[in-house]
Amino acid sequence: MPEPSAPRVGLLVTCLVDLFRPSVGFAAVALLERAGCAVAVPQAQTCCGQPAYNSGDRGDAKAIARQVIAAFADYDYVVAPSGSCAGMVKVHYPQLFADEPDMRARAEDLATRTWELLSFLVDVRGMSEVAARWTKRATYHDACSGLRELGVKEQPRRLLASVHGLCLAEMPGAEVCCGFGGTFCVKYPEISDKMVGDKAAEIAASGAEAVLAGDLGCLLNIAGKLSRLGIRAEVRHVAEVLAGMTDAPAIAAPRR
Amino acid sequence: MQPTSRDFPANARAGLVDPVLQRALGLARTGFPARRQQAIARLPEFEALREEGRRIKDHTLANLDFYLERYEAVVIATGGHVHWARDAAEARDRVLEICRSVGATTVAKGKSMVAEEIALNEHLERHGIAPVETDLGEYIIQLRHEPPSHIIAPAIHLMKEQVADTFRAAHQELDPARSLAEPRQLCEEARTILRPRFLAADVGITGANFLIAETGSSIIVTNEGNGDLSQILPRVHIVLAGIEKLVPTLEDAATLLRLLARSATGQEFSTYTTVSTGPRRPGDRDGPDEYHVILLDNGRSALLGGEFHDMLRCLRCAACLNHCPVYAAVGGHAYGWVYPGPMGAVLTPALVGLREAGHLPNASTFCGRCESVCPVKIPLPNMMRHWREREFAQGLSPRAYRSGLRAWAWMAQRPRLYHAAAALAGRGLGWFGRDRGRFRSLPLASGWTLVRDMPAPEGRTFQSLWAERQRAGGGTR
Ligand code: SF4
Repeated sequence: MPEPSAPRVGLLVTCLVDLFRPSVGFAAVALLERAGCAVAVPQAQTCCGQPAYNSGDRGDAKAIARQVIAAFADYDYVVAPSGSCAGMVKVHYPQLFADEPDMRARAEDLATRTWELLSFLVDVRGMSEVAARWTKRATYHDACSGLRELGVKEQPRRLLASVHGLCLAEMPGAEVCCGFGGTFCVKYPEISDKMVGDKAAEIAASGAEAVLAGDLGCLLNIAGKLSRLGIRAEVRHVAEVLAGMTDAPAIAAPRR
Repeated sequence: MQPTSRDFPANARAGLVDPVLQRALGLARTGFPARRQQAIARLPEFEALREEGRRIKDHTLANLDFYLERYEAVVIATGGHVHWARDAAEARDRVLEICRSVGATTVAKGKSMVAEEIALNEHLERHGIAPVETDLGEYIIQLRHEPPSHIIAPAIHLMKEQVADTFRAAHQELDPARSLAEPRQLCEEARTILRPRFLAADVGITGANFLIAETGSSIIVTNEGNGDLSQILPRVHIVLAGIEKLVPTLEDAATLLRLLARSATGQEFSTYTTVSTGPRRPGDRDGPDEYHVILLDNGRSALLGGEFHDMLRCLRCAACLNHCPVYAAVGGHAYGWVYPGPMGAVLTPALVGLREAGHLPNASTFCGRCESVCPVKIPLPNMMRHWREREFAQGLSPRAYRSGLRAWAWMAQRPRLYHAAAALAGRGLGWFGRDRGRFRSLPLASGWTLVRDMPAPEGRTFQSLWAERQRAGGGTR
């Protein structure tokens, strides 16, 4: 049980983790608890509103943002296992309410409390190692929003370095977009295909048995392409490995 | 040039299956970023320089009227002429008038994106004046009757074999048995052909990388020296520039030049940096008899103070193109007009209209690599999003997409209903995908499954599992 003085963390589950891969949510909870936090999951959350925001539907994006701001008003911190959703809250919510001073203040308050999971564990909670074991040669894809909006780069690598048996094989193009881009991947499937195809080729060339990243959108895209191409590589959210919760079948992997 | 930005998806598909283009892009994709990276690694103050560059451009734009008038006064005082062009047609007409006033039959052109923007070559040709492109890349695409595919490397979509074929077809007077296998040989051949044309040209037209309010000068940078020859040899020099090219002083231009070369090609400085100020003075050893500047607005002043204001800082360095994974996949012609890549995705809708160019700001993953390398920190993804907002507000996005989005957003604002629906969808998809863990095709998700499998959900949603865990008393609260 956490200390009574433990910081209260509201988990921003994200719509993709909620629907596709609850394992990632539980891995995040486990890591946060190990970092001494008391974790709660507000029921009033659905999605951060990014699909509406990036489609130019500012009205709906604001309505959903209001819901998130209210749902997470009472937590010391808000943590998401996604750089994209954390970036939406941290960087874009304040911009969304630029011309509504009251809401803007609330959005900014939330922004200062919101973190991407790896960045929170390392930068805020000072975590420097985990007690996990995973004997694999893995490569790491830097998801764009986490990398460029929130500066997530060293944090996952620092923690992965402490996983027993894990060997990290870096790709030269680790920072190049995988071609997911939310609705982009279905609006321009051929372009997205070229991008994720190049990513899959780099993964294959790295000789890694596994691919890790911190954003489920990218992971679904990459896993889907590897599977279509018949390239065998285990695709997982980095939190699963760090939490030592790798029993669930990997993303897009056969279950029987 | 007639825009074909409307056809972006088809243009892009054509680019994706063009083997020559893909080979050329493959080289550019790693070459440019690596060279830029090496150049900025040698300059520890690069980040501070970016901030300074942004400041200079912001200051100039905030006082643009002042600097434009100041610049005009100094150009006139040094014996030059300034012409204001509200749009492309006015700019073309001014150029033609000047050419006619001196009875010109050929003009030598330095590389100029503004000349592309106003479709100057077609206009001159239609009126019996022959434009000769003097930049190697521009010359190649002029021979091939193609638009540029990149703002600093106009023929980047070609490999040297295509260039050799083009030269053989165009330079029939030369020995057909000559070798054109090496880039060097191609260069020499272009030089041999172009030299006499420089000397014969009546008018030289160049663009400008910067206009200096303090001195009335224009600056161009090239790596071939063709800009110098275009502006020194002919009797008349016309500078064609957008009004946003202004900076207050030579010192400011020097700062921006340091950013420009490193961002564009990874050079410390371009090979030739040419400053020209007014016509030849008594005692000057060379220079034109007449010096004209055509200042083009063409929609730029309408951007001042609005959502796209920051775009006016653009130096046309092409770093955003060079780092864009979408550009690297489809090439510049897919964008269907003069300005491709991220800068084009912001600029083109402003210049040719959102109805024509609506695809361009949509064809981005918002990966943010463009903004992270832009030497003047233009928030390109944010501005693409502003175009999407306008498109949505004006009802220009596809109907099915809009109604799908609205339905999803309606659900997302009703958490209970949303969680129930998600739980159902998760269970259903999880059950169907329980063996393979993925789907090869899925109704309503063909855009996804056309090119990749859809991973199957695990089955239960996080929210439903979490609620169960709470009821069982297993959670922390
Ligand atoms: S937008 Fe920035 S990176 Fe792109 S061409 Fe302009 S200055 Fe260069």
